[in-house]
Amino acid sequence: MSNKILEILNVKREFTMGTEIVRALKGVSFEVNSGEFVTIMGSSGSGKTTLLNMLGCLDKPTDGIYMLDKVNIKELSRDELAKLRNRKIGFVFQAYNLLPRTTALENVELPLLYNPTVSTKERKERAIAALQAVKLDGRFDHTPNQLSGGQQQRVAIARALVNEPVMILADEATGNLDTRTSYEIMSLMQDLNQNGRTIVFVTHEPDIAGFSSRTITLKDGRVQKDSMNTNNRSAKEALASLPAADDY
Amino acid sequence: MKLLNLIRLAIRALQRNKLRALLTMLGIIIGVASVITMMSIGEGSKESINASLASMGSNMITITPYSNEPGGARLGGSSFKTLTMKDVDAMRKDAPDISIISPLASSSGQAINGASNWPTNIQGVSPEYMDIRKLVIKDGIMFSDQDVRASAKVCLLGKTVVDNLFPGGEDPIGKVIRFGNIPFQIIGVLVPKGYSNFGQDQDDLIIAPYTTVQKRITSTIYFGSIYASAINEGASDIAVTEISAILRESHRLRDNQDNDFQVRTQAELMTMMNSTSSMMTALLTAVASISLVIGGIGIMNIMYVSVTERTREIGLRMSIGARGIDILLQFLIEAVMISITGGVIGVVIGVSAAIIVPKMLNWPTVISEFSIVISFVVCAVTGIFFGYYPALKASRLDPIEALRYE
Repeated sequence: MSNKILEILNVKREFTMGTEIVRALKGVSFEVNSGEFVTIMGSSGSGKTTLLNMLGCLDKPTDGIYMLDKVNIKELSRDELAKLRNRKIGFVFQAYNLLPRTTALENVELPLLYNPTVSTKERKERAIAALQAVKLDGRFDHTPNQLSGGQQQRVAIARALVNEPVMILADEATGNLDTRTSYEIMSLMQDLNQNGRTIVFVTHEPDIAGFSSRTITLKDGRVQKDSMNTNNRSAKEALASLPAADDY
Repeated sequence: MKLLNLIRLAIRALQRNKLRALLTMLGIIIGVASVITMMSIGEGSKESINASLASMGSNMITITPYSNEPGGARLGGSSFKTLTMKDVDAMRKDAPDISIISPLASSSGQAINGASNWPTNIQGVSPEYMDIRKLVIKDGIMFSDQDVRASAKVCLLGKTVVDNLFPGGEDPIGKVIRFGNIPFQIIGVLVPKGYSNFGQDQDDLIIAPYTTVQKRITSTIYFGSIYASAINEGASDIAVTEISAILRESHRLRDNQDNDFQVRTQAELMTMMNSTSSMMTALLTAVASISLVIGGIGIMNIMYVSVTERTREIGLRMSIGARGIDILLQFLIEAVMISITGGVIGVVIGVSAAIIVPKMLNWPTVISEFSIVISFVVCAVTGIFFGYYPALKASRLDPIEALRYE
């Protein structure tokens, strides 16, 4: 498939901090095709976060072109960007960012509330389907504080899936989780990818990057390395090879 | 986001902080409740004034002497001697819009019956006075025109006078009492009218022919006032014009001279009384409205806290597709919900208070739909006004920063 989901051409982003100009991105170019599982790596200060905000349509480039699903981001207003985020992107955050004291089902329904074309009935059906897809069948009525970290992240992934986005954008999605749960989440991500989802996964752990099909490494606001992972690992096998969990 | 979902969201948010929501509402509750209570007390007093003035005869016209002498010490109305029987006769003859007319010559003094005595007021009038003032005879009869011509020493008593002169409860009709030194035979007793709005005992009086009072008590040909009835309420104003013209002629006033009398209709008195009570109502309502404003500031304050508290939530909502307007409406509806819920509770308390006050304090109250409607409108406006800025602040947050807010 050569269906380009993302097209980034010489993207630059500068911030003005007082009198100083900070150049976070100094000309980044790459493309992501539909169905790819890309990890973006880089040490802190490499421009990872800035790039992520840009990819997530939360920020616009100072210079260069960003095409998301053939739409040029630069020409869109604040509200149009919001609509684009709602329809085309599914966010997964490091800190889950679920609404407190709100059930898993309602958390998953949230993006659809901002889509007036979805009816109440359809909203509920799609939220249930999304939760089933992340294997959280019996937890619809649980609030975030009744769920473990891994379960919370799975609710967040369900929330990212529910609006059927063209791309799932994960920001250090395993950063707060232990190895076993991280592998579980990555296994889920691989499953989703196999079902045709495009995933862009920002991380600083090489271990996690090994599960993806392609890794882009940033350094000092430039792409340092962009390589296909020919021998990418299966998260399921990695999970199986972990020593058995302590009984508790 | 759809409006229904926004409302549901706001209700949920308020339910999560029940106590805080209630405390925030308190200002609005107190404001609305006091506005409604004050307005109903004001309306009530207005209505009771109107009712009592109407009971005095709604087409009654009062003529009193009035100083037209510029300069020098001006004296009270009763010390002017301008109104005489000649005026009364002229009006009776020449004013077509007056149906009945009666002069009033009054004097205060001591009424005595044997060992009992009572300081009271004797009113010398003609028989028409009863109809003008809507006085009704309970026992006995009214004196006749014949009695007036003969300056007969007959009288009718109000209930207060009867009670004080005949403490034993015997029938006063036919008895003779003295007013000052003059003996009067009692020929009737009046139906009690109770206290007037001015706190005056309307039953503390003796009624006698004006001729008798003028000749034997006041020794003057002048009247303290003249009472007349217009043929109907609508004719009052025309009657006033007629009276003025007749009196100016009979008093030989030149064109450049002011009236030496004053003509007042009951409608004017009503307006005068009502303006006092309206002013009081307005004043009380203004004071009560201040607490509504304070309540609104309370809402604004808590909404700012809420926006800060939920910065991350706002960031998340924005990142998954909420537009600025969605966030703005979410917080605005929450604020309006607080103020309207407060308003409903306030109305309930205010209406209850308006029902309880007459029972506890004996003040008449009238609950006006207007005050309830206006309270609701004010509440909604308060919510929008004071909720707008916090909501605007929320809607303008940068999603990137909001998501990372700790």
